[in-house]
Amino acid sequence: MFRQSTLKTVLIAFTLFFAAYVSLPTMLGPERMKAITGMLPSFLVPKGAIKLGLDLRGGVHVMLETDRAGLTRDLVRQLQEDVRRVLRNERVAPTGGIVAQSRGVSFRVTDAAARTRILPKIQELSVPVSNSVLGNTGQRSLEVVDLGDGLIQLLITDAELNERIRRAVDQSIEIFRRRIDPEGVKEPSIQRQGLDRIVVQVPGAQNSKEITDVLQPGKLEFRMVAEPGANPAEIETLPYTDEGGGTIQVERRVLVRGEDLTSAEPTFDQRTGEPVVSFRFNVKGAQAFAKVTTENVGKPFAIILDNKVISAPRIISPITQGQGQISGRFTVERANALSILLRSGALPASFTLVEERTVGAGLGADSIDAAVVASIVSLVAVSIFTLATYGVFGVIALVALTVNFLLLIALMALLGSTLTLPGIAGIVLTLAIAVDSNVLIYERIREEQAAGRSAISSLDSGFTRALATILDANITSFLASAILYLVGTGAVKGFAVTTSLGIATTIFTAFTLTRMMVAAWYRWFKPKSVPI
Amino acid sequence: MKLLRLVPDNTRFGFMRFRRVSFPLSALLSIVSVVTFIWLGMNVGIDFKGGTVVELQARSDRANIAQIRETASGLNLGDVEVQEFGSPREVVLRVGLQEGGDAAQAQVVNKLRTAFEATYEFRRVEVVGPRVSQELVQNGTIGVLLAIMVILIYLWFRYEWQFAVGAVIATMHDLVLTIGFYAVTQIQFDQTSIAAILTIIGYSLNDTVVVYDRVRELLRKYKKIGLHELLDLSMNSTLSRTVITSITAILALIALAIFGGDTIQGFCLAMLFGIVVGTYSSIFVAAPILIYLGVRVGEGVGAAAGNADKTVNSGATK
Repeated sequence: MFRQSTLKTVLIAFTLFFAAYVSLPTMLGPERMKAITGMLPSFLVPKGAIKLGLDLRGGVHVMLETDRAGLTRDLVRQLQEDVRRVLRNERVAPTGGIVAQSRGVSFRVTDAAARTRILPKIQELSVPVSNSVLGNTGQRSLEVVDLGDGLIQLLITDAELNERIRRAVDQSIEIFRRRIDPEGVKEPSIQRQGLDRIVVQVPGAQNSKEITDVLQPGKLEFRMVAEPGANPAEIETLPYTDEGGGTIQVERRVLVRGEDLTSAEPTFDQRTGEPVVSFRFNVKGAQAFAKVTTENVGKPFAIILDNKVISAPRIISPITQGQGQISGRFTVERANALSILLRSGALPASFTLVEERTVGAGLGADSIDAAVVASIVSLVAVSIFTLATYGVFGVIALVALTVNFLLLIALMALLGSTLTLPGIAGIVLTLAIAVDSNVLIYERIREEQAAGRSAISSLDSGFTRALATILDANITSFLASAILYLVGTGAVKGFAVTTSLGIATTIFTAFTLTRMMVAAWYRWFKPKSVPI
Repeated sequence: MKLLRLVPDNTRFGFMRFRRVSFPLSALLSIVSVVTFIWLGMNVGIDFKGGTVVELQARSDRANIAQIRETASGLNLGDVEVQEFGSPREVVLRVGLQEGGDAAQAQVVNKLRTAFEATYEFRRVEVVGPRVSQELVQNGTIGVLLAIMVILIYLWFRYEWQFAVGAVIATMHDLVLTIGFYAVTQIQFDQTSIAAILTIIGYSLNDTVVVYDRVRELLRKYKKIGLHELLDLSMNSTLSRTVITSITAILALIALAIFGGDTIQGFCLAMLFGIVVGTYSSIFVAAPILIYLGVRVGEGVGAAAGNADKTVNSGATK
């Protein structure tokens, strides 16, 4: 029988009302929304509008990848330091020094007694790798291999390396946020992608350089300039950006690091008047710095930023107050940028830009305009065609279509989805599918009537049979969209979201609203035949 | 009011007989697609091959393409493709993948900005590194294959194996032709193209399922009619729906292609092609192929699912 329970009708009405309510912020925009709902208590006002993607509102999207090799080099260097400390404490001198390798270090201790004495200490360097998600992973950070002949090798395990990368990415995300948006007004989205990537999206930004500039590591180190005749394994050659460039040899050992800075401000040198960055150490840094400067009066030390020596002043007198300044022929802007870098802390790793997409605000606005015009034109075309084909039933189809659109907007607003250009294409496709569901129903009704059934009977069986087909057809489309969502990125994902949500709303409207409207029409007119 | 009736009632077109034309036609088009694909290849966008695309808008009335070309070739970036885009004020610059990995890649935009910032507004900048593009290719291919497989399995459970195989052949047909379309027109093939292809597959399957649904229904209803005639009957009874739905989708897409802007034009054109091909393939490929796959009349096709449907139907019609 072609009857609908009152409860069902009420539920449908409630759903529609709720959908309209939820989509208000999206349809009206923030200003008009505020004007209309200004006097209402805030808990009555719906929040959460659909966000526009960067392709529609303009902005910068960059994807960065952790420099795995660089991070590994840092870890190896650290390991070398640790091993050196252990050996020094045990007063064991390795034959030929501690050799750095691509994933670890090796050293040779020929004296068997000394070897057995230091091995447990070396083993202690290998700690369990713990993970903030899984807790203890059961894996250790180092693999200690006795290669025989007194040669001992320490290898950094994959677990340790991945965990370091994961942690580096987490820390960097926080640091990026501080650097990109110190005032907290730009609404940047900074997210991890996969293990070692970060996606930074800044709506409204016009030039990716503003973003990429602050993505430098900002790693500050103080080391001694190498003295002639130093052990070649313990020094390295770095580019020197002061005094006309070239290179300079510095010790590998880091005396004080940027982490121990408590402040960094752009100022001017009191004697020369050139822009400098003045800084202050915390207690630990100040003590270390005081010790070094006391021991090395008269010798030059190097201030190293991101593996480039920016200046190499001579220590004139011990610096015990824990403050100093960095000069390096900076411009005012450079000094300013550098102090932001130093203040926000160094990145634990360096990053490479692997993808960048920037859309100017003008183009974004043009895209929205084009999409709106296109949607209106296509809606008008589809409406005319539907009305011409189905008459009064065409009106019902169009009402169902409108409701479908409303439900889709409401769902997207509730899920906090982002609308992109392909997403708009998805919406248009959804509307086509929604029309199809009505077409399937109507054609079936017509066939049933042509087969000699009465009006009520053809309506009833038309609906029942068509709905089975609609379900089948839409489930296949939904499966395709779901897969698309799972494996797709960016643009493709946006498209998949709108189409899958659209399929859900299509099925809902076809099963409830269209049926209800046709039933109401029938009860009102009691026609002998269906005009279709 | 007289309603528009595109397909007259009681249309009896000999769809199955038409397969003597449609099968060779499909075969020919598929071969043309494959050959063009191998011969010309696709106009692969930077999403899949890596590189830089920059869209510039002149701050004056007109972009000076010759000058841009000259300046760009002096930047030592390899081949730079310069093209008008949309209006005489706008140009698109395409720079290939740089040697020296991601770092060199990231420098391209900086060089371009220094050279053109003063006279042109940078409307859009896209840089895709070599590894990211490789991953996008992988993900795209996996997505398409996975989607086809899942749908296959679903159809297999829902219908008989012959229907699943028929649907896959029709889908592959559409896939091959769409790729051929990209090769022939040289419309840029990028991430959104993958979305277009998947939508085409989805739409074509949708169409095929609607037709198959009817075939199954009639197979159960008429045990005496020959398969040939029965398929014709199925096609003719669903023809009106097929035509109306396709026209609706085509109308919507034409509007999008004309007014939606250059960014989605390629996408819309591909979809238009795909919907025409998808509709064609469900009628002229998916259905006739059932004759060869050995669907037999009177054997209770889709026995398990069929019984369930029957109870629903009888319950509703009484």
